[in-house]
Amino acid sequence: MNIWFDLYWTFFCIGGLTFGGGYAMLPMLEREIVERHHWSTSEELLDYYAVGQCTPGIIAVNVATIIGYQQKGLRGAALSTFGVVSPSLIIILIIAGLLKNISQFEVVGHAFGGIRVAVCVLILAAVFKLMKTSIKDKLGAVLFAAAFLGMIFLDLSPIFVVLVSALVGYLAKMVFAKEGKNE
Amino acid sequence: MTTYLLLFAEFFKTGLFAVGGGLATLPFLYDIADKYPWFDRAMLLDMVAVAESTPGPIGINTATYAGFHAGGILGGFVATFGLVLPSYIVIVIIAQVLAKFSKNPIVLSVFYGLRPAVTGMIAAAGYSVAKVAMLHTENFTGLSSLAGLFNLPALLLFAVLYFLYVKFKKHPIVYIAGGAIAGILLKL
Repeated sequence: MNIWFDLYWTFFCIGGLTFGGGYAMLPMLEREIVERHHWSTSEELLDYYAVGQCTPGIIAVNVATIIGYQQKGLRGAALSTFGVVSPSLIIILIIAGLLKNISQFEVVGHAFGGIRVAVCVLILAAVFKLMKTSIKDKLGAVLFAAAFLGMIFLDLSPIFVVLVSALVGYLAKMVFAKEGKNE
Repeated sequence: MTTYLLLFAEFFKTGLFAVGGGLATLPFLYDIADKYPWFDRAMLLDMVAVAESTPGPIGINTATYAGFHAGGILGGFVATFGLVLPSYIVIVIIAQVLAKFSKNPIVLSVFYGLRPAVTGMIAAAGYSVAKVAMLHTENFTGLSSLAGLFNLPALLLFAVLYFLYVKFKKHPIVYIAGGAIAGILLKL
């Protein structure tokens, strides 16, 4: 299949099948980008999330832009970005034009109650998979636990977590590891 | 014409300064609601509810909806385009730098620290979805109300879906569709 069409269509599907924002998109990205098209590895996907988290804009869109750019430069980035927002444009314009508020229908509320549970399952499975690739040593385990607990109990800003963990990684690998070698 | 220019400028500003996910756009949208006659704060909350219950990134959905109210279908396109453009520019620049320096030891050390932390943040996002989906925190007033804390049908659905996911590893959409059907049947 043509790579241009593939980029647009893959991100169109991801945008159209994801409920509840950027993080809920991760299991879908794992499946389509990593396993199906091999456009990136699991580790790279995490790197893109980190970049998407601390740059302006919507995380899911930022991840789409990066992957499109890696594949086919500026035009690839534009196609994948347009792909990920297309379903929103279509669906929201129809809803805004026809209905005042779809969440007023009881059956929609119940369906979303069930979808949220499914999203939990998908995120949990994705997290277990990512833990295997991203946590290589004790320091990694500490960073994972600190980020998890800090986000839940201290309501830390994601940007703060990204900056601090980047600094810890830099210090551990570049500064202290080198000192160890010199001794 | 001026409406479209203003829409573009306001949503461009929102896209440029809202860092960290869809709901980060909300304070900016409140600001727009106060400044322009396009929509008011109460309508914004309705828009967020619709945005959350339709597929796609919440920030994009809200921008499309708000743009539609301000200037019809073209308004929806203009607002969405304005929201996405700043991050498109920034990300393309970063992607170039990343491609050039991806083997640089400093970049590698930074990502060595970032990966476990981002995994932790995703786990935390999963926890906050789980709290809404499977607990009745509003009923929890002490240990005596412990039984009321858990949404049992939802927990059961979680266990069943998780088992099926681990066993069959079908495409995520299969489990989302299954969740929606089960949610309607169980009245979650």
